[in-house]
Amino acid sequence: MDYFLELLLGGLTRGSIYALIALGYTMVYGIIELINFAHGEIYMIGAFTALIVASVLTMNGMTGISVLILASVVAVLYSAAYGFTVEKIAYKPLRQAPRLSPLISAIGMSIFLQNYVLLAQTSDYLPFPNLIPVLPFMEPYSQLMGSTELVIVLTTTVVTVILTLFIKFTKIGKAMRATAQDRSMAMLTGVNVNRVISNTFIIGSALAAIGGVLIASHVGRINFYIGFIAGIKAFTAAVLGGIGSIPGAVLGGLVLGWTESFATGYVSSDYEDVFAFCLLVLILIFRPAGLLGRSTAQKV
Amino acid sequence: MDSVLEVNGTTMDFGGLRALHAVDLQVRQGEIVALIGPNGAGKTTFFNCVTGIYDPTEGDIFISPPGGKRRRINGIKINRAAELGMARTFQNVRLFPNMTVLENVMIGRHCRAKAGVLGAIFRGWDTRREEQEIVDHSYEILVKIGLADQVDELAKNLPYGAQRRLEIARAMATEPFLLLLDEPAAGMNPRETEALEELIVQIRDEEKISILMIEHDMKIVMSISDRIFVLDYGEKIAEGTPAEIRENPVVIKAYLGEDVNA
Amino acid sequence: MKALSEFKKALIISLWFMLLTFPIMVIRVNTIEKVVEWRWRNMAFIGIGSFLLSFVWRYLLGRKEKGRKLAEAGSVEARPFSRRLLDEPRIYRPALAAVTLFAVAFPFLFSSYQTNIMTTALMYVMLGLGLNIVVGLAGLLDLGYVAFYAVGAYSYALLNHHFGLGFWAILPVGALLGVLFGILLGFPVLRLRGDYLAIVTLGFGEIIRLILENWNEFSFGPSGIANIPRPGLFGIQMSLNEATIYLYFLMIALCLFTIFVVNRLQDSRIGRAWIALREDEVACQAMGIDKTKTKLTAFALGATWAGMVGVIFAAKTTFINPASFTFLESAMILSIVVLGGMGSIIGVILGAFILILTPEYLRAFSNYRMLLFGTTMVLMMVFRPQGIVTNVRRIYKFRARGRDGEPSQA
Ligand SMILES: Nc1ncnc2c1ncn2[C@@H]1O[C@H](COP(=O)(O)OP(=O)(O)O)[C@@H](O)[C@H]1O
Ligand SMILES: [Mg+2]
Repeated sequence: MDYFLELLLGGLTRGSIYALIALGYTMVYGIIELINFAHGEIYMIGAFTALIVASVLTMNGMTGISVLILASVVAVLYSAAYGFTVEKIAYKPLRQAPRLSPLISAIGMSIFLQNYVLLAQTSDYLPFPNLIPVLPFMEPYSQLMGSTELVIVLTTTVVTVILTLFIKFTKIGKAMRATAQDRSMAMLTGVNVNRVISNTFIIGSALAAIGGVLIASHVGRINFYIGFIAGIKAFTAAVLGGIGSIPGAVLGGLVLGWTESFATGYVSSDYEDVFAFCLLVLILIFRPAGLLGRSTAQKV
Repeated sequence: MDSVLEVNGTTMDFGGLRALHAVDLQVRQGEIVALIGPNGAGKTTFFNCVTGIYDPTEGDIFISPPGGKRRRINGIKINRAAELGMARTFQNVRLFPNMTVLENVMIGRHCRAKAGVLGAIFRGWDTRREEQEIVDHSYEILVKIGLADQVDELAKNLPYGAQRRLEIARAMATEPFLLLLDEPAAGMNPRETEALEELIVQIRDEEKISILMIEHDMKIVMSISDRIFVLDYGEKIAEGTPAEIRENPVVIKAYLGEDVNA
Repeated sequence: MKALSEFKKALIISLWFMLLTFPIMVIRVNTIEKVVEWRWRNMAFIGIGSFLLSFVWRYLLGRKEKGRKLAEAGSVEARPFSRRLLDEPRIYRPALAAVTLFAVAFPFLFSSYQTNIMTTALMYVMLGLGLNIVVGLAGLLDLGYVAFYAVGAYSYALLNHHFGLGFWAILPVGALLGVLFGILLGFPVLRLRGDYLAIVTLGFGEIIRLILENWNEFSFGPSGIANIPRPGLFGIQMSLNEATIYLYFLMIALCLFTIFVVNRLQDSRIGRAWIALREDEVACQAMGIDKTKTKLTAFALGATWAGMVGVIFAAKTTFINPASFTFLESAMILSIVVLGGMGSIIGVILGAFILILTPEYLRAFSNYRMLLFGTTMVLMMVFRPQGIVTNVRRIYKFRARGRDGEPSQA
């Protein structure tokens, strides 16, 4: 029973991170129907930025929670800036192009960013300091769930709630929803579609950076390649929940987290990533609209 | 007279939306039949049901190709519908933009040819003969349609009216017994429309192809149709000869308004 | 006035990139020795580089925009330069002769190291031509192409290891297994929309690699399989150098074979159906083309070449492990197709040579290999989606025309 609970909570932690990254995929797809393949790399850059900032700060004698906060803020700002720039360079000139062109461009961008970090930094794994302080009241439960895990789950919850409210009630959020529904209609009613798309990339990238900082603290090491697998898994989560849907992304993230957690716990730990890929392939083939989505006939 | 197409009580639902409600329609051999109705009435959806793109929720669709036997075709595959002899054009022109005019028509010949992978690689005598037949036949159709001057042009570089004609040429290359035209005159100027009118009659008279067309241009509809079906909100509200439809009070009220009498 | 605002724009862009790349490009922390390295020079490079590139970028975008406007205005596009070269017998005949001569003389003029590199480039030509069937002609973005390559390589390695079968026996087997896997993996994904198909094929590719990595009893796991024999020639003993040359000529022959077959396929009823499918799936089906069958043939025929090259790869390196079959390998082959021009045989050949040989011969580039592939994909999509060689449609001859395809005036 304890083992089960451990897997359950482990899956919850994993799933929360997937959900954070999946939100970026889902929002971008909802608006421009593009699988933003470079999203995983944005998350990786967020983690790297946080590592660099945190290291510089600690080497200059700073300690405690302020390091975490500063590093996270800088990581979020930088990831958002990268997301914004990537969109301007690789996707904006392709608005009118056939559907597969921006996807190929995105794959190219993803490979470019990986190698950019590889060349400018290192190909080795870097140890990532655990920036999240140990919470004393979690001490008795440390067998089941550490402070880091608790912070991850709580952060995801808070972020998702804020995001949902943001999209529901603010002007930017409303413009995003209008664009997602019908781009040309939104344009007619005076929505600046280019700005909406930029905003979407900025928000999605910022969320990915939060995910990056959290998971790096959780796992304890990063390299330039972590974005690839994380990206694919987050995409799996987004499709699982029904791409384009925000609650769907969270649900998908959790389902994927639990699937992985239980499958590695009860079946075999060698095939950790295989389970995720199998889930991805199965869901796309048998239920491409996702768990929450409804399949629609194509209009001719 | 025999019906080549017989649609009985066909209903099509999209989720909660009923796009077609128990529609009956027949096309007889050698007829030009028009399907009219306001935008969103379900006309294109009707075409999609007949050509296998949608599987209707209810009802039966039968075809009886001349010289063939009658069969029910609900939910057949799209390419099967073309093989059986129903060819269509699309409301929003759907050509192969980066292929030449001739190649677009050659694609229409695909289902009447056989060469497979091995034939393509070894390119034996019969494959070469078949290829030449495809090319020649396609060219002949283009001559008939009046696009012979533009055979090597990319389809996307044609003017709009010519693209619509090319779609008809491509459809004819499949050797259909029934040609379904979805708003063939849309976007054409009056001169092009007149030529189109002649072309449709010519296809019927010379190629012995029956025609079912969706059209908003009442002039063309009234002058060449043998019979007209009127759809409104997915329901058939009238059918009859042009003269009958013109007089029909329900149609006038629902759709034609004063336009036709004016 | 305009120049000034252009200048200002470039300056802002340059500042933006200096700021953007600051943490990654300038700071490097060594967490073990606790030192921070500040590389301010990089910042200067980025600043100057992005300042200059921003002009090039905007110039190219403007040119592309102008080109589109011209095309919309209906003015006939001039035959592209590369195309005119290819169509002019006085130019291409001697060129072809020179290329042939060079290809034949190459292994005797250069070291076996160079010959090896050339063989590799030729392998990528074949892979590119194979993927070109799937992506370029049929328009199916296959991101798991490397799976078929792995199937070929492992089929030789394993069949040789267990049953002692030789290279020549396995080459066709590799091709057949490619076809088989193409159909097997192709079948479930055919219903999917373009971008989902891309992701599912990527998933399949990764699943196959992960299985090879973890199923030790079957594939010997990450440590791979060694001592795979080189291709034989009627049992003649060959020195390493001779074997290299032999493999080189073998690759030349196989490439010619591939070009011949792909060219014939492209110019056939099947090839036209692939292109039509790429252009408009619904219209294509409405013309009586069986979507499933057509897509499956594309998948299967594309996979054939990957299967064959896989066998050759195993024979060339004499050692394989799953690390050779990652997603990046698929991405590399894809960027060859993208650079060359989807659907163009000459283009793919050029693309393979440019992308494989540049990092090999320009030493400065060798570390930037993957960076080059990524950049190629983005730039080609943004500025020249049709590739370096535009594929011009064929002119057919028919009765009303003379032998040379020109209308014979009646
Ligand atoms: N694939 C589909 N999914 C949902 N609704 C559809 C679909 N195709 C058509 N409709 C709806 O069916 C109705 C009829 O459309 P259509 O047949 O295109 O009309 P018409 O061709 O007469 O203008 C419209 O309300 C349209 O929105
Ligand atoms: Mg319509």
